[in-house]
Amino acid sequence: MEKMQCKCGHVNPPGTVLCESCGRSLTEKEQNSKLVDMRYEGTARRSQTYNKTIVDKIWNFFSSVKVGVSLIVVILVAAAIGTILPQQQYVDVPVRNAETIQAYYADVYGSVGRVYHFLGFHDLYNSFWFIILVGMLAISLIVASLDRFVPLYRSLKNQRVLRHASFMNKQRIYAEGNGTEDTLDKAEAKLKELKYNVSRDKNGLLAEKGRFSRWGPYVNHIGLIIFLVGVMLRMMPGFYVDETLWIREGETRAIPEAPGYTLESKNFEMETYNTEEDEVFEEAIERVGTVAKNYQTDVVLYKKPDDSLPGANDLEKIEESAIRVNQPLKFDGYAIYQMDFKLNELKAMTFALTNKETEENLGELTIDLINPKNDYELENGSTVKLLGYYPDFSGFENGEPQTATPLPNNPGFLVEMTTPETPGGETSFITIQNTVEPLGENQYKLAFQSADTRDVSGLTIRKDRTLPILGLGGLIFMIGVAQGMYFNHRRFWIQQQADGGILLAGHTNKNWFGLKKDLDQVTEYASLPAYRDQQEEIEKQKKEEGEALS
Amino acid sequence: MSLADMSSNLLYAAFIAYLIASFVFGGAVKGNKERSFDSENRWGKVAFAITILGFLANLGYFFTRWGATGHPPLSNMFEFTTAFGMTLVGGFIVIYALYKTPIIGMIVLPVALLIIAFASMFPSEVSPLIPALQTNWLAIHVSTVVIAEGVLAISAAAGLVYLLKVVDMKKNSKQRFFLEAIMYSLVIVLGFVISSTYFTLTDYQADFTYIDEKDAETKITYNMPPVFGMNEYVQLTEGTMTPWVETPAVVNASKLTTVFWSFVFGTILYWVIRLVARKRIAAIFKPFVKNVNLQLMDEIGYRAVIIGFPLFSLGALIFAMIWAQIAWSRFWGWDPKEVWALVTWLFYAAYLHLRLGKGWHGEKSAWLGVVGFAIIMFNLVAVNLIIAGLHSYA
Amino acid sequence: MNEKKNKKKQNRLIMRTVILLLMIAAIGYTLYNNATAEDVSVLKAGDKAPDFSLVDLEGNTHKLSDYKGQGVFLNFWGTWCKPCAKEMPAMDRQYEQFKDQGVQVLAVNIAQSEFEVQNFADQYNLSFPVVIDKTKSVMTAYNIIPLPTTVLVNPEGEIEQVVTGEMTEQDIKGFMEEIKPE
Repeated sequence: MEKMQCKCGHVNPPGTVLCESCGRSLTEKEQNSKLVDMRYEGTARRSQTYNKTIVDKIWNFFSSVKVGVSLIVVILVAAAIGTILPQQQYVDVPVRNAETIQAYYADVYGSVGRVYHFLGFHDLYNSFWFIILVGMLAISLIVASLDRFVPLYRSLKNQRVLRHASFMNKQRIYAEGNGTEDTLDKAEAKLKELKYNVSRDKNGLLAEKGRFSRWGPYVNHIGLIIFLVGVMLRMMPGFYVDETLWIREGETRAIPEAPGYTLESKNFEMETYNTEEDEVFEEAIERVGTVAKNYQTDVVLYKKPDDSLPGANDLEKIEESAIRVNQPLKFDGYAIYQMDFKLNELKAMTFALTNKETEENLGELTIDLINPKNDYELENGSTVKLLGYYPDFSGFENGEPQTATPLPNNPGFLVEMTTPETPGGETSFITIQNTVEPLGENQYKLAFQSADTRDVSGLTIRKDRTLPILGLGGLIFMIGVAQGMYFNHRRFWIQQQADGGILLAGHTNKNWFGLKKDLDQVTEYASLPAYRDQQEEIEKQKKEEGEALS
Repeated sequence: MSLADMSSNLLYAAFIAYLIASFVFGGAVKGNKERSFDSENRWGKVAFAITILGFLANLGYFFTRWGATGHPPLSNMFEFTTAFGMTLVGGFIVIYALYKTPIIGMIVLPVALLIIAFASMFPSEVSPLIPALQTNWLAIHVSTVVIAEGVLAISAAAGLVYLLKVVDMKKNSKQRFFLEAIMYSLVIVLGFVISSTYFTLTDYQADFTYIDEKDAETKITYNMPPVFGMNEYVQLTEGTMTPWVETPAVVNASKLTTVFWSFVFGTILYWVIRLVARKRIAAIFKPFVKNVNLQLMDEIGYRAVIIGFPLFSLGALIFAMIWAQIAWSRFWGWDPKEVWALVTWLFYAAYLHLRLGKGWHGEKSAWLGVVGFAIIMFNLVAVNLIIAGLHSYA
Repeated sequence: MNEKKNKKKQNRLIMRTVILLLMIAAIGYTLYNNATAEDVSVLKAGDKAPDFSLVDLEGNTHKLSDYKGQGVFLNFWGTWCKPCAKEMPAMDRQYEQFKDQGVQVLAVNIAQSEFEVQNFADQYNLSFPVVIDKTKSVMTAYNIIPLPTTVLVNPEGEIEQVVTGEMTEQDIKGFMEEIKPE
């Protein structure tokens, strides 16, 4: 492509539509149109002008609006497809692995689910192709912005006050007519009052307002890029912690991925709304049944001293706090959230030592299921000795009782009961459902009386060091969007010709209504000639032609 | 009268005011035969005044309900949708104050009425907040979103007026088909309102038990004749109709039945209108849009997007992320509602780039505005009622 | 003039190449991180074994750093874990062989009650120290997920190997050989 020399003598870069200096139309298409194309001030978009190496071709590809919009639309459609069936992280399977998840889709959604899973849509947003699409959009954001920002900036920085008449009369807002000697001065005064920057050159005047709004798109694109950088960093090891901690009332547990910190659960509480206290809501509560009011875990946070080791019992209390939904516990960049709970896990069981025949009660004992004792002494010299404890009894293996987990879901006890009547002791194996007497018929039994329970809190531990970056990106994006959309770039060019006649042109990047309101005031004050909206005239003409045809 | 009662009375008042204003706006537009702007102006002013009265009543509903419950009424399907109707009218009031366009009122107010009526089909008693919603972010996030959506919907209204004017209803074309499809879908919403109201007034009730996805036996009550039966249903109420089809466990046959009856009532209504008027619904509006200034409609449509887009970004993405970080420990989780907010945002981003970069003005822009509204409605209705994730209300 | 123009062009080409390569590298890196996201940061051979301090059933405190110069056979276990119970007798026999050669066995129980642990130790007649990690802090520090997991610590205090799952007596012998001081 050749450089383009304008009639005014200025040499423009190839691809320029409007002369950078005087504003004359340079292409035939522009010369024949009624209004000038003011996008990017008619400057040459850089990528259009060089198209030689492969790098330039890739660059041009990403610089195009068409490609950018296509990427947006493809991502939009892909994102929507991901909502047709639930994503795998929201699928409820007892054991979570690739097979059970695949089976879930097939079982619940039939062949649709099978195809959905086969295509990888069950984890669409983490798929390589979705990430590549977003990455391509990021490239497009950067390349397209650079290509447009640089020439636009140059052009607006170097704009001339005096423009060629053909530039003026092809603006949407245009006026020509008579003026008086002080027309320009008066117009200048009024425009300044309307907060325009006015510059004069010989017989011309350029008034401009809100140029910074033209940078809005580029600022918001920078914000988006920063945001995407944050999202990218989030996947890097060390930037992001996401752990689950199930903690029971009374337990003290090291906080996963938060070295040195330990948490104690004092109490978990679940409250529901009730019709007496919350009378206004009576109807709703009755319709739905129960409505949760509060989930809360009362905790104590400990930190080990710097010179202390894991496992040592020398924790320093940092704070007591209540973790509630919407009120996470925050410390040292970490946050602990109330996410889940289980109610009423067994904690202690109370039995009565009872004579099977006479039902005589020799006293009660309570076994702490979390920390059982060896011996339980009763009042009249009777004792119960704990020989074995199986918190989650799952059957016998080679005559040995087994436990499936360390949790007291189905406690089993091997006990030896000694009473004054049976000084030799009697052995019994007790579970919730039944009692086994392995060494022959006993005279005494432990009769279950009552149980104590405790609740379990499901807490999530998070640390996200990318949050400040994401916040900054979001902030810059909002500034850019507001700057670009809530402000307009308005310009007026006024020229007084040798015969005293006035030429006036106006342009704004949006809100022509507001531009006209400004111009009305100036016109009245400085007695400018009446302006025309050439776009509206064209529409009207089109319409009349259309009506004439029909 | 308790605050809650006062609140619902105010909503009725607003509804009636909007209804009256719709007709007066229509009259203002239609009565203006010789383009006498005086008459358009005079009746337009009257209608505008009625609209403002209605809007004040609507605001009254909002704040008295807030007072009654102690939390902003934005926490369930009824409240959110009603608020959307309110902000739609609010957006119109701003646009009317700027541009004095009664024709927009003639479109916006009936749509707002439809939205409020639609909202009233959901349980509307005041309900308490679950723990996840007990924070000021409820007010901050949801109100910003609902205002942004109200403003964006104005863009669709302006687009619709534009299309009603430019699309030739006498010639068969894709444009004519889709424009009429928009009208048809509005009538379907009316069909939903009418069918729900009819069956509620006639006290229709049919109880079933069925086997849900988790293989548990569950009870369900239909308030409409059960066309579709739930998975392995057992009929409990005698004398009601037996379902025609049994559906698998993933399908909520009760909701499907509601959709079915909405379509039945809506379609009947549509054909009644078409046969009585002897033309397509879009064609009925032709005389009203005769004098519309297309350039102005295009500018209003664009301006609404320009005002609404930053608000939407702030409310539906940024505030949403902040709250999600506080309540759910992650700012983004690809929950369906979140995804559809992103889809809406991407759509309007595409709109802006097509308009600014590719020069999509006029009719193309108008179509995009209408599609944007469709996406917003999809997110409001379909995502809440069908896809249902963490944001599920009803 | 022409030279200047060419140089400008060349600069632009370099600029564009650098920007595009950077972006592509960023996307590639993101894909890599995403693909490996599920690998948890487990301790690896060669890492320094985190020090700890735990109390055994007799009330004696055991610090890992106290055993510097000896190999430490660190076995994480629980009474409900069957493979753990199975390998205990073999471990005990090998301990008898290696304890005079500078190999220490520490069996770390995961937060169970003293009653259960004592009962278990008595049942299997264990001669090596059994400590209880009451707050799971050592388990957390070592990122232990499945049980049993055995961490072999060499005399320099570095991790020689992390073994998950049940070991045969032959395995145990080999591992103890591995961490035996020279």
